[in-house]
Amino acid sequence: MLELDPIFDAISEWLASFLPPVVVTIVKGFGTAGVVLGVLSLFVLFFIWMERKVSAHMQQRLGPMRTGWHGALQTVADAVKLIQKEDLVPSDADRAVYFWAPVVCFAAALMAYLVIPFGEGLIVQDLNIGILYVIAITTFTVVSLLMAGWGSNNKWALLGGMRSAAQIVSYEVPLSMSLIGTIMIAESLSMITIVESQSGPFWNWFVFRQPIGFIVYFIAATAEANRTPFDIPEAEQELVAGFNVEYSGMKFAMFFLAEFINMFTISALAVTLFFGGWMAPFPFLDFIPSWIWFLAKAFTSVFVLMWFRWTYPRIRVDQLMGFAWKFLLPLAFLNIILTGIGIYIF
Amino acid sequence: MMETKGLRTEEFMVNMGPQHPSTHGVCKLVLKMDGELVKEIQPHVGYLHRSIEKIAENRTYAQIVPFTDRIDYCASMNSNHAYVEAVERMAEVEVPERAQYLRVIMAELNRIASHLLWLATFTIDLGAVTPFLYAFREREEIMDMFEMTCGQRLTYNYMKIGGVNWDIPKEFVPKAKQFLKILPGKVDEYEDLLTNNPILLYRTKGIGVLSSEKAIEYSASGPSIRASGVRWDIRKAEPYAVYDKFDFNIPVRYNGDVWDRYKIRLDEMRESAKIVEQAIDGLPEGDIAKKVPMTWKPKEGEVFCRIEAPRGEMAYHIISDGTNKPYRVKIRTGSFCNLQLLPAIATNHLIADLVAIFGSLDIVLPEVDR
Repeated sequence: MLELDPIFDAISEWLASFLPPVVVTIVKGFGTAGVVLGVLSLFVLFFIWMERKVSAHMQQRLGPMRTGWHGALQTVADAVKLIQKEDLVPSDADRAVYFWAPVVCFAAALMAYLVIPFGEGLIVQDLNIGILYVIAITTFTVVSLLMAGWGSNNKWALLGGMRSAAQIVSYEVPLSMSLIGTIMIAESLSMITIVESQSGPFWNWFVFRQPIGFIVYFIAATAEANRTPFDIPEAEQELVAGFNVEYSGMKFAMFFLAEFINMFTISALAVTLFFGGWMAPFPFLDFIPSWIWFLAKAFTSVFVLMWFRWTYPRIRVDQLMGFAWKFLLPLAFLNIILTGIGIYIF
Repeated sequence: MMETKGLRTEEFMVNMGPQHPSTHGVCKLVLKMDGELVKEIQPHVGYLHRSIEKIAENRTYAQIVPFTDRIDYCASMNSNHAYVEAVERMAEVEVPERAQYLRVIMAELNRIASHLLWLATFTIDLGAVTPFLYAFREREEIMDMFEMTCGQRLTYNYMKIGGVNWDIPKEFVPKAKQFLKILPGKVDEYEDLLTNNPILLYRTKGIGVLSSEKAIEYSASGPSIRASGVRWDIRKAEPYAVYDKFDFNIPVRYNGDVWDRYKIRLDEMRESAKIVEQAIDGLPEGDIAKKVPMTWKPKEGEVFCRIEAPRGEMAYHIISDGTNKPYRVKIRTGSFCNLQLLPAIATNHLIADLVAIFGSLDIVLPEVDR
């Protein structure tokens, strides 16, 4: 079969045959990190191209067409350009904070992939507090954005950083609450257990048992990832570019990569928690490898996020806060209550 | 402001512009901000001053026309029209009827193009990027029509004293008719995408309210004053060219907020389409220009003439001393007066609202600075 899990097992067995256990652990650790980083970089390259193409076709344009097949190498060209760019630091910037902001942002975005199952057995580490870990680690993004805003010593950047702090902290609450219903049904915080409790045909997926939870999660997650209509921290029409206005070259590229990785994170989480993870919609379709199912679902979700972005205007900052606290949070609580009643009855 | 013990807050100044994505050109707004709240706005203009009024004193009457193109580059036909209308009125030049009709057709098509451009940039100000290209798709058709008539897509130099420079080619009428047939449907499409969108509604309703008294006080004009409940349109109030021969409405709305300024321009596009349709159907045969000699000298005199440009009144005050060059040309533009409204209606709004209000006033900076 085309399952990837046995390949990784075989590699680690082969390593264990001639290396001491400590070295095997270290090699495995770096190896997996490298694989995850490589795979994500490839995805991000693809997503940037996809975003361009999706936006172009929604706007009746063609998008990039000249670099490679239908502009497929456009992102590579851009990456090369960004690497060559001069790395400017504003004269009065807080240099340490300014330097570490993109690193923290990128690292926080990457660390979520410790617990995301790409397929059956394709998980770096199945923590028994998986969901809690993801929620905690993705919040680090806000620290980096605030660092970027403060360190740049630019008023627009500071406004953007402040906005992102307010926004992400607010949306963190309904986001966490929306997942509680899922956890109650699955009776576990582990990603693997949650996916396995959704096995069977597609109506066993949690999206059909937790529709309110899913809607709240998806809206709050869109806001967490700073995607339109909630992209107020980098609203270019208001704040020029928001927190990253002073960044250039690879530092800017790191923010950019982190944004797309975050977009894939929320899609991957949505798939894991609500759409049955790597499960096929019908058991007889199991002959297709699980990681293909996972990626197909996650990419569809990414497409929906792009669809949002190219359709909606941007919401205003006070409306954004009101929406989180007055609408999403009560809805999430209602969902918890309904789930509790449901579990009690059935 | 919220009083917080132990925490010190202060207002800060921000330069919005001259390089900023949503100042629509080179305008600088000095803002005094309390967090996100804009407490004070001071527009600084003059970055695009090209002293067209002074240059005009050293050019013959005919040579001034290309300069008028550059005053409002989004609606060059209307700028042309204002100038030639003023000179003709001063020197009492008879203009052939076909030329008058062609001027109206071009001016109204340009008004549609200008409003489409406004719609495109306004939606970008609100963060929606896609309608931009939808509006540009239709604007492109109008640009094509202008190109086939006068060879230019932005600065047309189409009208001259005594008529127009070129007759329309034979492909123009079918293309224009085809365009007018699809335009109302396309405007409906924009409305589908935007008008019924709750985010747009929340962003625009009740924002930047301009009362009718204040609008008159600040001598606002164009869609901005009509959205505040004042029925003021030069095409009806002081008909020029052949506007009195057409049947059209002046859309008026009464709340004076960003939403009304948005809706009124969509309505105006539909009305302009009606005018063009009637003008094309009634287009008379005949000359397109009256011969005016190269060394033309109007008699001594003075005129103040205004027309309805897409961004409000565009007026020329021309004084002639009997030579072939004007003694003085004074240009009054709608954008300049409307820009003064910004501090009056956008103070104490959030910065996102300021962008929306600035967009809704439809300022073109070359028109402000001349």
